[in-house]
Amino acid sequence: MPVSTSPLLRVEGLKTHYFGFGGSRVVKAVDGVSFTVEAGETFGLVGESGCGKTTTCHSIVRLLSPSAKIVGGRIELEGKNLLDLSAREMREVRGRRIASILQDPMASLDPLFSIGNQVAEPAYYHGLLRGRPLHQRVRELLAAVRIPSPEKRLKEFPHQMSGGMRQRIVGAIAQAGDPCLIIADEPTTNLDVTIQLQYLNLLKELQQATNVGLIFVTHNLGIVAKMCDTVAVMYAGKIVEMQSVRGLFYEPRHPYTKALLDSIPKLGTKEPLYAVPGQPPDLSALPPGCSFHPRCAQAMERCRTEEPPEVRDNSGRTTRCWLTQPQEAVHA
Amino acid sequence: MQKYVLIRALYSVITLWLLVTIVFTMVRLSGDPVEMKGEIGSDPAYTQQLRHDWGLDQPYYVQYASFLANLVRGDFGHSFEKSLPVTTIYFQRLPNSLKLGFAAFVISIVIGVPLGMLSALKVNTWWDSLGKLVALLGLSVPGFFVGLVLIIIFGVNLGWFPVLGKGQSAFVAGEPSTWVTFWFRDWGHLAMPAFALGWYFSGAMLRISRSGMLDVLGTDYVKLVRLKGVPEAIVIAKHALKNSLIPILTIAGLNLVVMLNVAIVIEVIFNWPGVGLLLYDGLTNRDFPMVQGVVLMSGVIIVLLNFTIDVLYACVDPRVRLSR
Amino acid sequence: MAITFDDVRSVTTNAERARRLFGYMRQLPMIPLFVLSLLGFVAIFADVIAPHSELDPVKPTSAQCQALYGAPDCPYLEDVPPFWSEGGSLTTPLGTDFLGRDVLSRLMYGARISLIVALMGTVVAGTIGTLLGVIAGYMGRWWDQVIMRVTDAWLTLPSLVFAILLLSVRGPGMWNVVLVLALVFWSRYSRAVRGEVLALRERDFVKLAEINGISKTRIIFRHLIPNVMNTVMVLFSLQVGVAVIIEASLSFLGVGVPPPEPSWGLMLAQERDAMMEGKWWLAVFPGICISLLVLSANMLGDWLRVRLDPQLRNR
Repeated sequence: MPVSTSPLLRVEGLKTHYFGFGGSRVVKAVDGVSFTVEAGETFGLVGESGCGKTTTCHSIVRLLSPSAKIVGGRIELEGKNLLDLSAREMREVRGRRIASILQDPMASLDPLFSIGNQVAEPAYYHGLLRGRPLHQRVRELLAAVRIPSPEKRLKEFPHQMSGGMRQRIVGAIAQAGDPCLIIADEPTTNLDVTIQLQYLNLLKELQQATNVGLIFVTHNLGIVAKMCDTVAVMYAGKIVEMQSVRGLFYEPRHPYTKALLDSIPKLGTKEPLYAVPGQPPDLSALPPGCSFHPRCAQAMERCRTEEPPEVRDNSGRTTRCWLTQPQEAVHA
Repeated sequence: MQKYVLIRALYSVITLWLLVTIVFTMVRLSGDPVEMKGEIGSDPAYTQQLRHDWGLDQPYYVQYASFLANLVRGDFGHSFEKSLPVTTIYFQRLPNSLKLGFAAFVISIVIGVPLGMLSALKVNTWWDSLGKLVALLGLSVPGFFVGLVLIIIFGVNLGWFPVLGKGQSAFVAGEPSTWVTFWFRDWGHLAMPAFALGWYFSGAMLRISRSGMLDVLGTDYVKLVRLKGVPEAIVIAKHALKNSLIPILTIAGLNLVVMLNVAIVIEVIFNWPGVGLLLYDGLTNRDFPMVQGVVLMSGVIIVLLNFTIDVLYACVDPRVRLSR
Repeated sequence: MAITFDDVRSVTTNAERARRLFGYMRQLPMIPLFVLSLLGFVAIFADVIAPHSELDPVKPTSAQCQALYGAPDCPYLEDVPPFWSEGGSLTTPLGTDFLGRDVLSRLMYGARISLIVALMGTVVAGTIGTLLGVIAGYMGRWWDQVIMRVTDAWLTLPSLVFAILLLSVRGPGMWNVVLVLALVFWSRYSRAVRGEVLALRERDFVKLAEINGISKTRIIFRHLIPNVMNTVMVLFSLQVGVAVIIEASLSFLGVGVPPPEPSWGLMLAQERDAMMEGKWWLAVFPGICISLLVLSANMLGDWLRVRLDPQLRNR
């Protein structure tokens, strides 16, 4: 994976912490995350629930709950650091330059407003279109996500649509502002299996047509294999391994990645199902050293005491593990 | 939409029937209405006469049948004291109660809803604590006590507001000119009782606005609207507000029932000539048909109000009007 | 190295335990519990701690009679102001009413009335309502339809109005009020409980009991009722406040607890005229008592509600 000189999105050392109980309890949801996304690239973000993938996405658009704060790092969209922007400027980025797709299609749409109204909102409130051209655009957007008879659907309401259709409408909303980056947070998790494939194909098509960068968050490695160009595996708020999809599946380097791959059920064998032993860690009370060491079959003495740094090698892969520290590594 | 309205109408009729039956049964089970009128140790012949006049010596099913028949005809009985049909007197007094209730309702919305929404928008801050305190006081300090305190402070000591009665304005069915002016005159008299009556409901409205707004603010769809980059003011005014209306409407409906309760005592305290005071007079005069008549009328009004609220729901929420 | 149970126990010192207990207690709603306990204490021990009788006027001394009426003897001292005002005295710290009775003592006995009526009325209403709600929710079909339609119709009658009607026929009296409260308020419970039961009966432990052939009655009493208690408790604590106000309103209107019993609502009614003449304390003190009781009950109810419903905790 070549290191590009002008990536679409560059995240460096992002740290987002939650402060609870009057500041006494700190949850390090995201603790030093770095990656880049190119235009036209699909970047996968994988991990168990609670590993920090969603918080990372929220941090990029700076829409965090009041108890969370970005305490360090840089987020550069087309060269500009988003963390420097005022609230107003940031609002202009959301929906217009960076769009989002959420997980639950049944809850993503306001039940009291028509489909047309909601699809039109990004373009309308960013001052892009009004009146007839807006109406036209909404119809085009709905047609692009394969909603049948879009003219009729415009006036209908979310409760009249199925989950699959609603998620496609959410996809249309994402396109409405003509963004350069789309963040999709587990968009197919709540869909029927039969619909999932259709939706993924649709996303791929849209991406190819508009050359947007796509950040795809999921816990499903099968989807990663199908959709993504680059993958980052997150654990306890940090990226433990990041490389191309092919590389990840054929040459996983971090024990956690290996464990995840091993836990995918294989057809045709009668092997017992393997699950990663142990529980995800409490992010407010992480173990010393490498966060994964309590669950790692290959943990060494060093792992218990020293936290491994993220190390990038010549081909652009990064790993955060003492096992794979090559001698001439350059620190990322 | 039509189907929905029809179903709700049918449902209302059933409720009405059940309601009058409940009143009928409970009264007969609780005691003897004649005893209420008769003094202790009064002439048994007199009570016997009363019993006959009121048809209470008939077997129950005959009483019930004539009870229902009368009601359907609009005959809610004759007041003992005033020798007029209950309905006549009731409708004479009703506009006064409506004026009071309406004013209280407006006050409760004006105070409760904005404060509640503000509490939600600034949750867990100063404002929120203030809002929660106001709500708690509203719900705990009884309205009649507030009324008394208001009388003491503003009526007796400061003399800002007239204390009793409703002033000169009257709603006369026969004179159309009074139909409009009635609502807008004599505000001085209206101020204290309306505030005392609205006290409890301000608290209730505040609570439900706050929790309704908090629920809405936490939903995924509001999150997505923010992610679209819609200005925060629009997020609140367009999406949050409308969705919060649904629980607010529900509570408004439920509270109207409670308002009838509180209104009774408020009317007594302020000598406001409404139906609550009518009920009280009926009590003190041992006028059973009056008491029963007012109770039945209250039930009818509530059922009608609920029906209206159901129809309003359909107007606000497309899920309601487009289903079934 | 395995950690044994004994190791864990020996680590917890007495200081630790005390600290944990203290931390637990800090979470309790102290103010409402304190007020309610105080009121409860007063209600129970009124006979012992009240300075005077609640029914008989305070026996005035010669000097007092002389000062007020210019005669050496008088049956009672009416409308004595509280001790901090001109003309007040510490023997009757909150003053006397229009019949010369000590206000403080009457307030204390009044606590007894308010608490008994409100608690008993609410308990009986809760019992009836919960049972009916469980039956409606669990037995379903026409049990459900009938009970719920009746409940709905019952709910359309405003509580005070209905209570007035029933009491006008039955006659005033403390136990009549309790009865009427039960009759009027059961419907609030059945509504809520039915909703809970509808959700509960799909749960696995109920299904399991059914599969094992356990009788419906047993399921109702052993499984359903204990699980709806959370909701019932919350409703109960909020309804107590309502009951207090309704009792006060009924007594105020003359159909509740009759004179000479010192119901707080009745005290308010009796002193309305005096209030107009400027003797505000006679009406204000009972009103404050009512407000305090209801306020504490509501605060407790709110705390319970947040405690028992995890979703609400962060609000």
